[in-house]
Amino acid sequence: MERTFLGEFLKARERLFEGFLTTIEISSLVIVIGLAAGVIGGLLLVYGPKPVRFLMRVYVDVLRGIPILVLILFSYYGLALIGLNISAFTAGVVALAGFCSAHMSETFRGAIDSIPAGQTEAAKAIGLTFRQRFVYVLLPQAARRIVPPAINTAVEMVKGTTLLSVIGVLEILLATQQAIARNYMVIEFYATAMAFYFVLNFSLSRVGAYFERRFGFIKY
Amino acid sequence: MSASPSVSPRAEPARELLVARGVHKSFGDTKVLKGIDLTVTEGEVVALIGASGSGKTTFLRCINLLEEFEQGSITVDGDPVGYADRNGTRRRISETRLAAQRARIGMVFQSFNLFPHMTAAENVMLGLVKVKGMAKAEARSIAEHWLDRVGLAERRDHHPFQLSGGQQQRVAIARAVAMEPRLILFDEVTSALDPELVSEVLGVMKDLAKSGMTMIVVSHEMLFVRDVATHVVFLDSGRIVEEGEPHALFRNPSSDRLRGFLGRFTDIIGDITTR
Amino acid sequence: MSYNFNFSVIWRQFDVILEALALGLVLAAISLVVGTLIGLVCGYAFRTNSRVLKGLVWTYVEFIRNVPLLLLIFFCYFGLPAIGIRVFDKYESFVITLSVYAGAYLTEVFRAGLTSVPERYVEAARAIGLKPWQTQLYVVLPLTFRIVLPSLSNNFISLFKDTSLAAAIAIPELTFTARQINANTFRVMEAWLTASLLYLAVCYLIAIVLRRVEKRYSVIK
Repeated sequence: MERTFLGEFLKARERLFEGFLTTIEISSLVIVIGLAAGVIGGLLLVYGPKPVRFLMRVYVDVLRGIPILVLILFSYYGLALIGLNISAFTAGVVALAGFCSAHMSETFRGAIDSIPAGQTEAAKAIGLTFRQRFVYVLLPQAARRIVPPAINTAVEMVKGTTLLSVIGVLEILLATQQAIARNYMVIEFYATAMAFYFVLNFSLSRVGAYFERRFGFIKY
Repeated sequence: MSASPSVSPRAEPARELLVARGVHKSFGDTKVLKGIDLTVTEGEVVALIGASGSGKTTFLRCINLLEEFEQGSITVDGDPVGYADRNGTRRRISETRLAAQRARIGMVFQSFNLFPHMTAAENVMLGLVKVKGMAKAEARSIAEHWLDRVGLAERRDHHPFQLSGGQQQRVAIARAVAMEPRLILFDEVTSALDPELVSEVLGVMKDLAKSGMTMIVVSHEMLFVRDVATHVVFLDSGRIVEEGEPHALFRNPSSDRLRGFLGRFTDIIGDITTR
Repeated sequence: MSYNFNFSVIWRQFDVILEALALGLVLAAISLVVGTLIGLVCGYAFRTNSRVLKGLVWTYVEFIRNVPLLLLIFFCYFGLPAIGIRVFDKYESFVITLSVYAGAYLTEVFRAGLTSVPERYVEAARAIGLKPWQTQLYVVLPLTFRIVLPSLSNNFISLFKDTSLAAAIAIPELTFTARQINANTFRVMEAWLTASLLYLAVCYLIAIVLRRVEKRYSVIK
């Protein structure tokens, strides 16, 4: 009986869909945690006391200087070693989220630093407290500067989920490979996976570009 | 002919809004302010003039503590700014108290520093709503009133990037005045403007002076200083060298340094070499 | 819970580790060179008037930038043989993939670089009688390279980190070697700390060296 790609695809669809959900789950977790930690990290990098800023700097430079795969493997083997019985999924998310937050911290720091000092001075001059200056004057301006690099990092994180296949997490890449192992339709299934990632990441970039256009009218 | 202070029927002496005593400040090893003593009474328009590096801008920025100063005190309307004397030691006051002090002192900057993500009206309203706790509707009508006073009623929903430099600076002045401060500091507010836009801003400042606002102005606009200021203070190398009534001072400077400084402006205020 | 560090396994294998590190650097270097050639050609494509050419290059660039590198590596190593292209061993396969990957990012670098060469130099070259191809070769390209030098350095460092993915197809570079040591000796911390520190140190050193080179040759625009 002739096997067609469509037939094989339908046969594999449950596993592939599971992989799809896992990829989305990992990406979302990592990006959300990375963003939240990144805002805090960025604040620490700009306003923290000297020792804190130094530690954050080390954290950011280390996590950005080590290849993501090494971080993932270190996390996977290392966390098991110190007795934490966590799944490959968790270990992978920890590593990716760490990497993401390092990038986001640096991005956020850059965004705040690029706001002219005069903005803080004017805000001080009308009597706003630190919290008020940050929420009403700095954050709105920083948010607009964050969008392009943050979208880039988000796309990198989605691509990074494929590395979790190396530690056995069933995301799209591993699911694809398992399907291929059964039906040997190598090109077809890999091409489908590539198409999927392309659509997902390209859409992410377009959304980012939209936000940039809509809110990017801030000029000095 | 100097600008007249506010037409107040009170018989009491005008109160001292600013008292600076022995203000010293260094940037690292460089001593920038070497003991400034200055008193400004209500309704005065005090101009600080001097060469760049003389310390005039630094002193202005010390008044609302945008610059820290190591020695001395600056008291605004009876409240010492930034530092309190506790049992003989000089300590920094809390951020909350400092913010409250700054709310009573207005400032207009050379580079306008309008908040780009807000409209002109929103720029003026921010302090009213968040610092003075007004309701939005009330803040909006006050903002519109002041924007109208500076001649920008139709621009109130425009963003800064849609406004010219002169218009932005006028919004900045409205933003400062709307807070009803005790006094307003002006830091070379026309230096960054194209020449043809300078007069519209000076015009607003002149009106403000006429209405009785206490102003401390750092400026190079000598005509404005001569005609609008009630008191001129000349700084050189971190010290007050001479001060006095503008016309008298410009016609007859006592110190060589002031004479030399004013010599640069002969084409504007006329030849000032003494006879 | 205490961990007894035992780095002897590392020292014993240090020559293997260094070889692995060197392999990674070589793979990155080759990919950078080939990627530069691709990036240059594609960068020039954006200066032509051909909609078709620009569209093709744009598709290539967008595709590579949005698809995960690991997937590309597997596609090249496992997929191409399935449709008859069997000529590559894993090293060649990886280098081709990484070069194509680098080429996409470098296309943007060179597109921007070529555009930022000031017109006046081209005009001057034309004025002394150089033919168009000579102008490009002797004036535009040298200037372009000086302008894009910082970007090239950053890309090289990224590529070096990307060579860690070669471990997925059993190429014995640093990450693969660390995993081997981990599996063979169960010295988890030693293996991964060493790998991490080596990557960090090498990236840092490359950055310092390249910054020196940049200072010497880079044009301050």
